[in-house]
Amino acid sequence: MLPGFANAAWDQLNLTRGVTPYSETVYDLHMMILWVCVAIGVGVFGAIFYSVLRFRKSNGAVAAQWHESTTVEVLWTVVPFIILVVMAVPATKALVMMEDVTKSDLTIKVTGYQWKWQYEYLGQDVAFFSTLGDASNKARQLGSGVNPEGVENYLLEVDNEIVLPVNKKIRFLTTAADVIHSWWVPALGWKRDAVPGYINESWATIKKEGIYRGQCTELCGKDHGFMPVVVRAVSEEEFQTWLAARKTATAGAAQAAPVAVADNK
Amino acid sequence: MSDAAVHHDHHDAHHPSGIMRWLTTTNHKDIGTMYLVFSLMMFFVGGAMAMVIRLELFQPGLQWVDPQFFNSMTTMHALVMIFGAVMPAWTGFANWMIPMMIGAPDMALPRLNNWSFWILPFAFTLLLTTLFLPGGAPAGGWTMYPPLVLQTGAAFPFLIFAVHFMGASSVAGAINIIATVFNLRAPGMTLMKLPLFVWTWIITAFLLIASIPVLAGAVTMLLTDKFFGTAFFSAAGGGDPVMFQHIFWFFGHPEVYILILPAFGIVSAIIPTFARKPLFGYSSMVYASASIAFLSFIVWAHHMFTVGMPLAGELFFMYATILIAVPTGVKVFNWVATMWQSSMTFETPMLFAISFVVLFTIGGFSGLMLGITPVDFQYHDTYFVVAHFHYVLVTGAVFALMAGTYFWLPKWTGHMYDETLGKLHFWLSTISVNVLFFPQHFLGLAGMPRRIPDYAVQFADWNMVSSIGGFVFGLSQLLFLAVIVKCARGGAKASDTVWEGARGLEWTLPSPPPYHSFSTPPAPASIDGGYR
Repeated sequence: MLPGFANAAWDQLNLTRGVTPYSETVYDLHMMILWVCVAIGVGVFGAIFYSVLRFRKSNGAVAAQWHESTTVEVLWTVVPFIILVVMAVPATKALVMMEDVTKSDLTIKVTGYQWKWQYEYLGQDVAFFSTLGDASNKARQLGSGVNPEGVENYLLEVDNEIVLPVNKKIRFLTTAADVIHSWWVPALGWKRDAVPGYINESWATIKKEGIYRGQCTELCGKDHGFMPVVVRAVSEEEFQTWLAARKTATAGAAQAAPVAVADNK
Repeated sequence: MSDAAVHHDHHDAHHPSGIMRWLTTTNHKDIGTMYLVFSLMMFFVGGAMAMVIRLELFQPGLQWVDPQFFNSMTTMHALVMIFGAVMPAWTGFANWMIPMMIGAPDMALPRLNNWSFWILPFAFTLLLTTLFLPGGAPAGGWTMYPPLVLQTGAAFPFLIFAVHFMGASSVAGAINIIATVFNLRAPGMTLMKLPLFVWTWIITAFLLIASIPVLAGAVTMLLTDKFFGTAFFSAAGGGDPVMFQHIFWFFGHPEVYILILPAFGIVSAIIPTFARKPLFGYSSMVYASASIAFLSFIVWAHHMFTVGMPLAGELFFMYATILIAVPTGVKVFNWVATMWQSSMTFETPMLFAISFVVLFTIGGFSGLMLGITPVDFQYHDTYFVVAHFHYVLVTGAVFALMAGTYFWLPKWTGHMYDETLGKLHFWLSTISVNVLFFPQHFLGLAGMPRRIPDYAVQFADWNMVSSIGGFVFGLSQLLFLAVIVKCARGGAKASDTVWEGARGLEWTLPSPPPYHSFSTPPAPASIDGGYR
């Protein structure tokens, strides 16, 4: 129970390690920079607090009148520069890795709408919308009287999850139909804006089966906070089964569609 | 009273009294006071909006406001705080202090000065009345990204024209400051003897002149897209929504240095005063400020790393962005070296200045982290960003404004402020501001996006902590108001130098200073003694 609790608390303090090679690279980079900042902070803040305690007029401290030292000034310009170069090298490598969208096994087109996501499995004839789950939607209304604590995965549940196979390089094409949105699943390690008129490319190889949740991260109007992303990562076989079932469902809907159009006339 | 004194004061009798004095004044101190009072009012208006935001985010679920109004609050809070509170406050400080610091009688362009202030009440009347328009106040974020901002209702033209007015006011103020410093310096006041506050303001003024017209162009294109059938930013019409972001942030990044550079100047005046020791490296501070200003023009796209840029672009903007850490580091090290082997006392201005150095540096660290593009793909548009920019803007710019207010209030009013209340204000503010913003780092890292009115329950604890910090911080500012009002109305008589370690021309004048600062230029010998 305790380790579980500690784990949960840690999740609420720090970046997730995620489940893709990229997210792990990002996590390591994040921790490295964080520790570098902590080290510099201990030095700088240590010097400030020492000065504040030691060099007080009330302690009888007498102010020295020295100022300007070229040696010191060169040193505190060059050393930070070197630290930056040391950070920039792995950061550049990570960026090159992220931008390499070649050799993908599957392409998903993600389209942002006010306020839902559409997922298209390109070349598979599968496409569907994904909107906020019903229970969350009822609870989130102003003055609904429903306690969000009692709603499972409050605001992070959808009607149709995007189902993806593990250990496959999946290419995502993000775009939008109305205003700008941004598609983010922290466990994948990145977010990418969905901009009308643009198609952005990104990729992920999910290493572990599971359900991963995220949200829209670009202000897109009234219900910006209410268009979550839910990814269900499954084995290749499960994925194929799911895909086949989806295709049948889509085909059924397509057959029904002309009738609906006729009705509208 | 001698004849000379009567003669000296006879200018004072010329100005009209009552409301007409304030409407027609061309005096730098009157205008400075109006800027500062206006800024303080906007600080409370913007603060009230922040209270609505923290109230709604106190617990999950929507209890108080609907999402559209919530978005209006975040949008208006930013616009009011940036353009209404912080920028006019700096212009107010510049108006009051620059003529006194450089040995001038007044600003170079006094009528422009009057106009640049009086545009502001019109601008903010336009902006704030949108709260009562059908469709409500602008809710597309202060960044006004199309296509979303084009969905704004009746408030849209009000927003655009308010931004134009604010920009015109800022540019006029900047022109005046440049004209004043380059033309009205007392004999012997060479550029490299200018107090750092004047230096940082000169650099700020050039940033304003270079960046505000770019914003004006961007919002004008929004206006024509909305009303005149153009498609600058509409993909469907052959335009480009991402182009707006490039143009906006070409203004927007220099803008953040417009908000913080004068703060560097104030802190560089306060720390040597209360440390009784010269600033460690005056010239390196000037060069660091200029380097930061230059770099601020080539880093804009770090605000939009996730928009989908080519690899080469992402790399360039990452390298340029993290490079800013070098001159910023130079500044922080300079302040620390100034405190080393000094003889410090801790009056309220010094407390705020030291707090500034520590907390601004924390904001600098998170800025460095955000500058690393691959990791920014996680941090971007989360509460980590919210924490970052509030550390640099609240515990940065606003704390420096408070430090400067306590520092010069005795000079302005001729009375000492209440030190006990000032210290109480400092401690309440410093503790509560950290309770307010530090947990937002955690929220962002744990995955909470910014600009959302409601959140998943795992974010509940830190949001509640943050809101409690916010309420205490908000209420503490009433103390600030109380100290200022009390000091303006009376109190112990302040001496000319006010502070034991005070250096610089403004301290050679009486407290309060005469209506016209230096009718005759100060003796050149009195100029070089400053801590600068």
